[in-house]
Amino acid sequence: MSENDKTKEDFEPKVVGFLCNWCSYAGADLAGTSRIQYPPNIRVIRVMCSGSVDSVYVNRALIEGADAVLIGGCHPGDCHYLNGNYKARRKMVLMKNILTTLGMEPERVWLRWISASEGQKFADTVKEIVEETKKLGPNPMKERWNI
Amino acid sequence: MVKIGVFICHCGTNIGGVVDIDELVEFSSRLDDVVFATDYKYMCSDPGARVIKEAIEEHELTRVVVTSCSPRMHEPTFQSVIEDAGLNRFCLEMANIREHCSWVHKDKKEEATQKAKELVAMAVRKSKTLEPLKSFQKEVVHDALVIGAGIAGIQASLDLAEAGKKVYLVEREPSIGGRMAQLDKTFPTLDCSSCILTPKMMDVARHPNIELLTYSEVTEVDGSVGDFDVKVKRKPAYVDWDKCNGCGECAQVCRMKGRVEDEFNEGLGKRSAIYVPFQQAVPLKYTIDPNKCLMLLSGRCGESPPCQDVCELGAIDYEQEEEMMELNVGSIIVATGYDMMDPNGMYEYGYDHSPDIITNLEFERLISSSGPTSGEIRRISDGEEVKSVSFILCVGSRDQDLQEYCCRIGCMSALKHAYLLRDHLGDEVDLNICYTDIRSFGKGYEEFYRRIRDGNTTLIRGRPSEINVEKDGSINFNVFDTMTQKLLQVNSDLVVLVPALVPRKDSGELSQILRISEGTDGFFLESHPKLKPADTATDGVFIAGCCQGPKDIPDAVAQASGAASKAMGIISREELESDPMIAWVDEDICVGCGVCIDVCPYSARELNEVTGIAEVDEILCTGCGGCIAACPSNACIHKNMTKQQILRMIDEVI
Ligand SMILES: Cc1cc2nc3c(=O)[nH]c(=O)nc-3n(C[C@H](O)[C@H](O)[C@H](O)COP(=O)(O)OP(=O)(O)OC[C@H]3O[C@@H](n4cnc5c(N)ncnc54)[C@H](O)[C@@H]3O)c2cc1C
Ligand code: FES
Repeated sequence: MSENDKTKEDFEPKVVGFLCNWCSYAGADLAGTSRIQYPPNIRVIRVMCSGSVDSVYVNRALIEGADAVLIGGCHPGDCHYLNGNYKARRKMVLMKNILTTLGMEPERVWLRWISASEGQKFADTVKEIVEETKKLGPNPMKERWNI
Repeated sequence: MVKIGVFICHCGTNIGGVVDIDELVEFSSRLDDVVFATDYKYMCSDPGARVIKEAIEEHELTRVVVTSCSPRMHEPTFQSVIEDAGLNRFCLEMANIREHCSWVHKDKKEEATQKAKELVAMAVRKSKTLEPLKSFQKEVVHDALVIGAGIAGIQASLDLAEAGKKVYLVEREPSIGGRMAQLDKTFPTLDCSSCILTPKMMDVARHPNIELLTYSEVTEVDGSVGDFDVKVKRKPAYVDWDKCNGCGECAQVCRMKGRVEDEFNEGLGKRSAIYVPFQQAVPLKYTIDPNKCLMLLSGRCGESPPCQDVCELGAIDYEQEEEMMELNVGSIIVATGYDMMDPNGMYEYGYDHSPDIITNLEFERLISSSGPTSGEIRRISDGEEVKSVSFILCVGSRDQDLQEYCCRIGCMSALKHAYLLRDHLGDEVDLNICYTDIRSFGKGYEEFYRRIRDGNTTLIRGRPSEINVEKDGSINFNVFDTMTQKLLQVNSDLVVLVPALVPRKDSGELSQILRISEGTDGFFLESHPKLKPADTATDGVFIAGCCQGPKDIPDAVAQASGAASKAMGIISREELESDPMIAWVDEDICVGCGVCIDVCPYSARELNEVTGIAEVDEILCTGCGGCIAACPSNACIHKNMTKQQILRMIDEVI
């Protein structure tokens, strides 16, 4: 079966996650310690703070064909570095604008606040991203590189 | 040349039972620059460490990738291992294939193995460009701060002071003592609470190493482990505490005497506008309640304020103002305790329908010989004799819609109260305890429970559906006893609710000031549920007592001593190593635009006027990476977390 024969929902999306060390990465760890099962589609990159996620990371991931990107940070007010998550939120707005201009789908980028005690929320977030991304279908960028 | 070794841990069957380890070893050994790959049952064990050390020597490895559990768990362990073998500790990278893989994809072995491969490939790719780094030394401040002076804060302060350290103890209320000061007797030994607490309070007051800051609050915390700058707000007591000798004549003549609700007595008694919370208060100094004092509210109190007239020492000072104090400490212990859940939110318990439906904390004040009735138990509504009392456990606790957790002291408090009532009122009084499960887990608790169970107290397993107040004031409820399978009708003169213990109302503000986390239950979160019960996510900040979760006095004291010894581990050192994974500037690229200076929350970036370069203050920088993401010319570099490294990891995923 070639790529094109697959129906949209058949495909397994590739999700890249940038999780801040203090809250969201710890939340993902807790999902593990609590043995909460979620789809194996996400690959996590640990960063110190959601505010350190450069727009370039997100663009690069999408251009290369990742089907979705998650940025996970501490809840507003709880950032270990005071206000990194506010920076992330501001950048998110810009990033979505840029993606739209480039003809990419801004819905592929997710920003979520997940605390160190929210293992369930992390697992639910991954499930949600995978489901929603299946509805969107594969990232068209992947096809373009295949020309 | 880079030579990478990959070490794959089975973690028993935790990883090995899901991920195909042989396939993973095979895959890893074929990755670029990997010269050695192996697996072991428990990489973090001593023999596991030996496997790593021997391989470093034999294969002259320059970078090490450990593929196991979360780096938040064992990164320091493996850093020390490779350091022992002569490598720089920052030449380690970890791939988390347990928490992020085998544990969460248990039934998907194939996908989990594939994911593990990719996680290893990402880590290997990043490890190629890891740089050996050197930690900085920073000087440590030897003083400590303790926030909250309940039994936990008192214990922690005394431990530190006894070890020779200077302690600032900040308490919000005019007196130290916390909830324990409100208790009458303590289970299971029934020692009188103030008899064991008051001497400790006096020790705090007398200790030359403790500076007591009551009626004060922490408003700001800056800096990091070993060197915190703290701002403390000292609220005005409107009494000069240097002059006040605690004689109490002022409270006797206050025009508001007997008219102000007494918080210490949980509203069961009345006090004056000038007051001490209780007679054994430490410090024994009077405070004027600014919301009740006529003079402070309206500038007038009859002809002249009687408290001022009667105070021979001239201690009353209506002009007193709030003061800010700055402290510099090396470590902080938080011990701010708990609040009681307000039963008013739960209509079925009828808390506001009758003054004879009270909480267990109110009951403590009612039965206390220093309480508003001097320990005499009478109906609160009409002063009539009490012939029957019912206790309702788990009010708001163990309830998925309210608080899911167990309050851990409710069962024992009700058993204690049943014992004391029998003691005070004799055999005639009819006692019922409605419980969910009796949890008597502490030392000596089960034995105490047996004493009550074998006596003539009725234990009913069930929660009443609704509590009704009759016209004659008596209280009725139906409860289905799941042990006897009978619907019982219970009539009582007094009903004692045992509500959930909840976090302090303002704990969210304090957690933001201290940059520590809260759990889903709202209590402060420890950094590991088993192994680091007193640590928080912020180095140098520790938690003790009920602010971390409901617990009894023995557990609160044990955790407090634990927190104190953790704090000692910091403040008794001369220097600390600070993390070198911070920002660094490529001076050839930086144009001094100053964007980084604006985004840095720690004022760690500063423009050098001479060179025109935005430099990094290595001590102030915490390595958050905010400036690195903001730098428009890519001149800022996050050591060992560089943009190139992260982009390479992304390449590896896709
Ligand atoms: C009805 C009842 C009966 C109990 N009986 C027993 C018993 O018999 N035996 C037993 O072992 N346990 C008993 N307990 C449990 C016991 O009360 C607790 O274990 C103990 O009080 C916990 O002490 P703590 O220091 O952690 O908290 P607390 O006693 O709550 O002390 C916290 C202190 O911090 C202060 N504070 C709060 N916020 C701030 C802030 N932001 N800044 C500065 N200061 C602040 C508070 O004013 C308070 O003084 C009982 C509890 C209840 C409710
Ligand atoms: S540290 Fe979690 S968002 Fe900043």
